[in-house]
Amino acid sequence: MHTLITLTAPAVVPTAAGGVSSVAWSGAQAAVWLVALPLLSSAVLLLLGRRADRWGHWLGVLASAASFVVGLVLLVGLLGLPADQRVQDVDLGTWLDAGALSIGAGLRVDPLSLTFVLLVTFVGTLIHVYSVAYMEHDASRRRFFAYLNLFVAAMLLLVLADSYALLFVGWEGVGLASYLLIGFWNHHTPYAVAAKKAFVANRVGDVGLLVAMGLLFATFGSLDFATVDAGVAGASEGTLTLVGLALLLAACGKSAQFPLQSWLGDAMAGPTPVSALIHAATMVTAGVYLIIRSGAVFTAAPTAQLVVAVVGAITLLFGAIVGCAKDDIKKALAASTMSQIGYMVLAAGLGPIGYAFAIFHLVTHGFFKAGMFLGAGSVMHGMDDQVDMRRFGGLGRYMKITYFTFMAGWLAILGIPPFAGFFSKDKIIEAAFVPVDGEPWRAWVFGTVALVGAGITAFYMSRLFFMTFEGQKRWSTRRDGSEQHPHESPALMTWPMIVLAVGSVGLGWVLSTVGFVEWLEPSVGHTEHEEPVLAVPVLIALTLIAVALGLVLAWRRYAVSTVPVTPPLGTALTRAARVDLHQDAVNDALLVEPGQYLTRSLVYGDKAVVDGAVTGLGRATVALGDLVRRAQNGYARSYAAGMVVGVVVLAFVVLAVRG
Amino acid sequence: MSGFTAPEIAWGPMTPLLVVLLAAVVGVLVEAFVPAARRRTVQLVLTLGALAGALLAVAALWSDVERTGGTDVLAGSLVVDGPTLVLQATIALLALLSTLLFADRVAGGEDAFAPSAAAVPGSDYEELARRKGLRQTEVYPLLLFATGGMMLFPATTDLLTLFVALEVLSLPLYLLSGMGRRRRLLSQEASMKYFLLGAFVSALMLFGIGLLYGYAGSLRYADIAAATTTPNGMEGLLVVGALLLLAGLFFKVGAVPFHMWTPDVYQGAPTPVTAFMAACTKVAAFGALLRVVYGMLPTMAWDLEVVLWIVAIVTMVVGTVAALVQTDVKRLLAYSSIAHAGFVLAGIVALDEAGITAVLFYLLAYGAATVGAFGLVSLVREQRTGDDDAPVVLGEATRLSQWAGLGRSHPLAAVTFTLFLLSFAGIPLTAGFVGKFAVFSAAVEGGAWQLALVGVLASAAAAFFYVRIIVLMFFTDPQEAPGVAGEPAPGLTSDATPGVTPEVTTAVEPADTVGAPAVAVAEPVRAARTTVAAGEGLTAVAVGVCAVLTVVLGVAPSAVLDAIASVALLLP
Repeated sequence: MHTLITLTAPAVVPTAAGGVSSVAWSGAQAAVWLVALPLLSSAVLLLLGRRADRWGHWLGVLASAASFVVGLVLLVGLLGLPADQRVQDVDLGTWLDAGALSIGAGLRVDPLSLTFVLLVTFVGTLIHVYSVAYMEHDASRRRFFAYLNLFVAAMLLLVLADSYALLFVGWEGVGLASYLLIGFWNHHTPYAVAAKKAFVANRVGDVGLLVAMGLLFATFGSLDFATVDAGVAGASEGTLTLVGLALLLAACGKSAQFPLQSWLGDAMAGPTPVSALIHAATMVTAGVYLIIRSGAVFTAAPTAQLVVAVVGAITLLFGAIVGCAKDDIKKALAASTMSQIGYMVLAAGLGPIGYAFAIFHLVTHGFFKAGMFLGAGSVMHGMDDQVDMRRFGGLGRYMKITYFTFMAGWLAILGIPPFAGFFSKDKIIEAAFVPVDGEPWRAWVFGTVALVGAGITAFYMSRLFFMTFEGQKRWSTRRDGSEQHPHESPALMTWPMIVLAVGSVGLGWVLSTVGFVEWLEPSVGHTEHEEPVLAVPVLIALTLIAVALGLVLAWRRYAVSTVPVTPPLGTALTRAARVDLHQDAVNDALLVEPGQYLTRSLVYGDKAVVDGAVTGLGRATVALGDLVRRAQNGYARSYAAGMVVGVVVLAFVVLAVRG
Repeated sequence: MSGFTAPEIAWGPMTPLLVVLLAAVVGVLVEAFVPAARRRTVQLVLTLGALAGALLAVAALWSDVERTGGTDVLAGSLVVDGPTLVLQATIALLALLSTLLFADRVAGGEDAFAPSAAAVPGSDYEELARRKGLRQTEVYPLLLFATGGMMLFPATTDLLTLFVALEVLSLPLYLLSGMGRRRRLLSQEASMKYFLLGAFVSALMLFGIGLLYGYAGSLRYADIAAATTTPNGMEGLLVVGALLLLAGLFFKVGAVPFHMWTPDVYQGAPTPVTAFMAACTKVAAFGALLRVVYGMLPTMAWDLEVVLWIVAIVTMVVGTVAALVQTDVKRLLAYSSIAHAGFVLAGIVALDEAGITAVLFYLLAYGAATVGAFGLVSLVREQRTGDDDAPVVLGEATRLSQWAGLGRSHPLAAVTFTLFLLSFAGIPLTAGFVGKFAVFSAAVEGGAWQLALVGVLASAAAAFFYVRIIVLMFFTDPQEAPGVAGEPAPGLTSDATPGVTPEVTTAVEPADTVGAPAVAVAEPVRAARTTVAAGEGLTAVAVGVCAVLTVVLGVAPSAVLDAIASVALLLP
């Protein structure tokens, strides 16, 4: 142990799937600006206060756009390098260095991180523009943009970090920004509650990341990706499985995967642009990023990898089923996000064969889902903040641009060729049907789940689309009692929607044509093409049939026939789906699980740990607290007695241990 | 008497200690000879000068100690090595900041101390003293004496000196705790309790010292450690003696089950004293504990490890859990300090150099956030409109419900307090995170990963009550807050967001749910509003320094960690 003092950061070993280049490319230094620009803008907006009210939002837009430009420059630079040099590490100096604790700060610019950078900054900039109009009447619009910028900076730090330690900083940063933005309208109590719930669920995930970091540090003596990737071969599978499961827990918290998914629906309390940016396109995909970035660990720990795939498959169905019963347009979209990320996690759980497709779907999903959220925001804008789809209907005639842009997103998520989702989701379904390690049962199970999921997706997304834009008007009156007058949103809102719709239409084809999967190879590794258990054309046909079934069913029920304004009682499954398949009851127990285990095993066998959901205090914890409080009765004599008892007990323990 | 030879005394390494103690003596003389009107200024200058001098002396000694590893002064009664210097510097720095809190006159020219501590609360004499503007400037020499004791406490390797240092640091604190200007009975009760329990524990500790002497025939740590290597059939004495000694130290750090005085005393004592106590005493006591565990009992590690483990775990859990149900900000911080004692103990159990570095850094990070947090508590006041419509600043608003909405009315103060809370919670980019990270990884390195696990879980749970305050400050309207915090919200059963269960916090009240217009709160419960008093700016300066420290140690801790690690070797 005395050698710890001399232990310093080991030299970076060239590794990773494609190999860290030994040739340093100085242009990569520009990556610092990616994070710095939005961060500076956020600081300026917060520090200047009201003085920046008039122009603050434009500064926010500018910072985000500037980051995008920097990202483009990096992209061009990276494309100019040969493929085996496209993983560039930028050393930023040492953040923490004392003896055994040596944590450097550095950024990794590679195809994977750059893909995220471009997605985050591009979609982010569009949503910034949209928000200028959406938040126009909000007195604290400047603060909103400060938080948005803060989020962009944190998210970019998360994806650019070259070590788990720095990633953790970004990880907490996006959590904080998400918390601030969900609770932005915190004068509504439930919104503040939702914000806290998200915070708590994320903290549970964070415990996973912390445990993973602790294990990695204990095993490899370092937290940077290069060292970990290089050392994986020498580590025991048991340790790696634990690390993998801990990382998965973290991913579940951030990406709203089973069993930590409960917060995403409530997070819809935030302003709609936030839902689009953070809770659809970017932050919630951080878990997928984490899993793929830790690909080396998961490849060496097949059990953990299998659990990833299982979690993805469960969430995929879970979200889809919940989505079928939701009447709140944003919550239905949130359920869909959950389900689509389930697809990505499933793909990530299939191993290297699925990594590139997971990212592919992540990018197209970022476009079409953000587009649909902005569309939902536009509908709410025109309908006096109504979110109940049973109170929509026939809106397609009144909001043409929203209608067509939303339709692009809808067709994309359904996976109708040639829309974007077809190219990405279909690949995942194909990959799911590929037998792993020569075990066909997995291929059948995961493949069938993915296929059925596609059908259900088609049903609930069509339901959402038809209930909103087709069929009869079922409008309620406005809050002030007057008639609804749905109208198209201003140009600042429609243009981002149009751009995203163009992406929803063409991005899938474009990316698959320019070789997106090959572009990712330096980061995620190359895999030989393998044949699924069913022929590819058969799979495509089956998928399209499932989609068509879902679509037709939804058309008959929600476009042709009359949709009741009050929700019918429904079957038991529908009722369960409306309350998120009782996920709250289950999750509240799971949310407080760490503390619960602690108090349980140490003190009580208390069963009632459901109530304090939001603050995460269970009754047991409070009860224990009360017990302590009761012991704290204010009498010096009982304090002294307590100490004596303490000493005696400790003496007994020591003497007993000595034997 | 002819056999007595005067020991060689190396005066140089004792400078930090001597400066502080001499200044304390001079401070007593100042009370006697300087006219009342100028006493405060003179005392303040003297105190600040002495503490700054101690810091300079530490700096001057630093390179020498770094090179030689340290000196043994007074034949082991005082050891000036790396950890000693780090601890002395930390204590002096935190005491310096606390002095600023002591001196600040926040409300109407009144500081935190009773005009005449001897006056019976509520008596005419007290009122007269208040109106005459009397001031109890003895607090400064008392602070210096306590600081001197604290600086000696972790620097000695001799049980007798340890005991003397304990008394030197404790007695002034007993007095200081009882000198609150407001809520005097509470303050005096706190003082009395602290004294009684402190005396009780002193007796336990003295008994333990006696047993250890009986076992080893010496009071020197090194001799006792040497004696433990050869069994002599009296191990029972050793174990019980060591346990009683540890009990005394656990009492001072506020570890469970010796923690019960902490909330009562922290709440009752004048807030500047609480800040001083919570920060400096803990630093000193953990320093002493470090030296005892590493220096005296290494061969007993197997036996006593179980004690440290149990106490560490129970302390983390009880501190965290009890903090969850508190409704008073000072009590909440007291329980939080108990939980932190558990975290530091986890680092001590590590029993290696990384553990020493980690503990020393943690103490600095914790101390800075503590002084800052209590400093802010001393500024958050009740305010009432006086006869001539001018606002009158009253006592501290320590009920949590009174902090609701502070983020809107006083954003700067709320943001700063949030910073300290985040540091307590161990959020990255604050000093607290680096400290926790260092302590837990030291525990893992030392084979105590279970402790680190409990610590991480406790930190996660602890984050809830820190966040609860943040939410309260920023997201709750003042009028929403109920009279009694922690009451369940009666009306909140269902609303627009199904799946949100009714909850039991101060932060959420039913008044403002979606779709249901807020029901106007009929009668204002209290005319008093919560405000942040400016004072003379001394507290603000101290809080600012603490905030800067918290951020700097969080963002760029390497320099400090390196410096500590370079000297983190205990002399026997």
